[in-house]
Amino acid sequence: MSKLLMSIAFTLAGTGFALADAGGDAEKGAQVFRKCASCHMVGEDARNRVGPHLNGIFGQPAAMVESFRYSNAMTEAGEDGLVWDYDTLSRFAENPRDTVKGTRMSFRGIADPDDRNDLVAYLRQFSDNPADIPEAAPTTTGLDHSVAPEILSIVGDAAYGEYLSGECTSCHQASGQANGIPSISLWPEQDFVTALHAYKDGAREHPVMQMMASRLSNEEIAALAAYFATIDQ
Amino acid sequence: MGQLDRRHFLSLAAGATAALSAPMVRAGGHGKPRVVVIGGGAGGATAARYIAKDSDGAIDVTLVEPSRLYYTCFFSNLYLGGFRDMNSLGHSYGNLAASYGINVVHDWAVGVDRDAKTVTLAGGHVLPYDRLVLSPGIDFVDGAVDGWSVAAQNKMPHAYKAGSQTELLKAQIEAMPQGGVYAMVAPPNPYRCPPGPYERVSMVAHLLKQINPTAKILIADPKEKFSKQGLFEEGWQNHYSGMIDRIGPDFGGDEVSVDPGEMTLTIGGEVTKVDACNVIPAMKAGRIADIAGVTDGNWAPVNAQDLSSKIDGNIHVLGDACAQGDMPKSGFSANSQAKACAMGVRGALTDSSVFPARFSNTCWSLISTNDGVKVGATYEATDEKIAKVDGFVSSTGEDAGTRQATYEESVGWYDGISADMFG
Repeated sequence: MSKLLMSIAFTLAGTGFALADAGGDAEKGAQVFRKCASCHMVGEDARNRVGPHLNGIFGQPAAMVESFRYSNAMTEAGEDGLVWDYDTLSRFAENPRDTVKGTRMSFRGIADPDDRNDLVAYLRQFSDNPADIPEAAPTTTGLDHSVAPEILSIVGDAAYGEYLSGECTSCHQASGQANGIPSISLWPEQDFVTALHAYKDGAREHPVMQMMASRLSNEEIAALAAYFATIDQ
Repeated sequence: MGQLDRRHFLSLAAGATAALSAPMVRAGGHGKPRVVVIGGGAGGATAARYIAKDSDGAIDVTLVEPSRLYYTCFFSNLYLGGFRDMNSLGHSYGNLAASYGINVVHDWAVGVDRDAKTVTLAGGHVLPYDRLVLSPGIDFVDGAVDGWSVAAQNKMPHAYKAGSQTELLKAQIEAMPQGGVYAMVAPPNPYRCPPGPYERVSMVAHLLKQINPTAKILIADPKEKFSKQGLFEEGWQNHYSGMIDRIGPDFGGDEVSVDPGEMTLTIGGEVTKVDACNVIPAMKAGRIADIAGVTDGNWAPVNAQDLSSKIDGNIHVLGDACAQGDMPKSGFSANSQAKACAMGVRGALTDSSVFPARFSNTCWSLISTNDGVKVGATYEATDEKIAKVDGFVSSTGEDAGTRQATYEESVGWYDGISADMFG
């Protein structure tokens, strides 16, 4: 167990599940959540995407969302006693990769403690009443780029994707380890395809990714998505 | 060759599936086909790993590399600047042996018999091959800098093969007297890592600014222009104003001699006493390429699709040592070429499918703390060469957040390519 996890576990043992409200503003938190929404959904109809949906996260041990393939690190953190509450969520949001070393979550973190308080207050709304998950603000759901249905419906050939993936793994680690360059392993195909088309179409800005995506055909993007969605880490 | 269309691909894939279930091997009557890879850097380690991984045991892979611990040349400038320690640049070959079944031999290759298809090692062993992959990196051209030879490399280090040379150079820079002079003799084109000398100057300046702020940096450069020049010059102005003086060919940067005994550098007839002198001579392919007889001049010409030698089709030459066309000599390029080579070798030895090769390269450079820049391009195989398709370069005047993100990305790339090389 990492030192931090031990300290988190210790804190929990001392306080029980007192999910103390740190006084965040849920409305502002909805704005903060936009940073998370490229990978996570909350609210009615939320489903797993690049990251797990976050409904009902309060009081849950880490890595408990069904049918989401977590990193080994996150699974172990859950087994070691990491439970999500105001404190642990805030710490994780501050620096995910330091808090759970080996997480696939590629996010630099939110430095401002007020922003984190607001974010956690926002997330709390989707945990209070499992029978009645509120709708999320429209700005905080959905993909950031629109791709034609006929492109999304292409069935990718994972074997071809494996060949093509050599161009990706010079930078993106197949294991999902991420430090400065995001993990692209085990993404839902739709998210993968949407992200690459967003670079290809110039909607997402990154010179390397725009260049790499610009010469991938629709079939090749689908093939890569199929391969990375099922990659054996 | 153009883009592979889907129908063409599907017909190839059907063949590939059949080949994977029962690999048809072409091994001249001695069981499994054998591949020997010489050189365990970004080209050789990647090629060995991909051939072993993708052939799933159908090909015997032997990797010959003298060093038990490999220090990457990429990021070694960051060691000089104090951003990395040497240990963080060292990689062992244990995982390539344990997880991929590669036979890792720590020895020097000293002979290649192309008719018998064997490699002789310094220890006397002879390794037969069906395909030989050479990825030996660079050696230096004898007499390229008047007065300098490898015998003088402890007085005037090149530090262009990472490890003890890099540590020696850093120690010499740290030992400079206050206000002393660090000189660099920059290499002529083509050479390993085009932005490398200038990133090094940036990192040396970063170090000196902290420990020896009145020191000067003198660059003797035979080239009119250099990689990312505008970005470096802007960065030097911003971070190290007045410290760095570059003398190009117009002022004698191409007429240089050194005296390692006297610690002097002569540029265009003018003698300067220096306190640390980093001589980066003109380069050529690592010696084994010459021994194998696959060089033409300083480099080994290769075909673009599979990096096979234009002189001997059973030999492939990767990375810095080959003359392939438009790609810069870089670790990223070598890693990219290694995958096309691995696919070609597998295709030749096991009938697995071969797709049109595609290549890419990105080179990140660090100018100062959190001030990273990058240049990159994509390439394709043509009948003539590896040809550039598209490219980009960082802009001058970028904001601090962009530069920091670029640096952080380079750190991620280091981890990524290391995992891609060593498993």
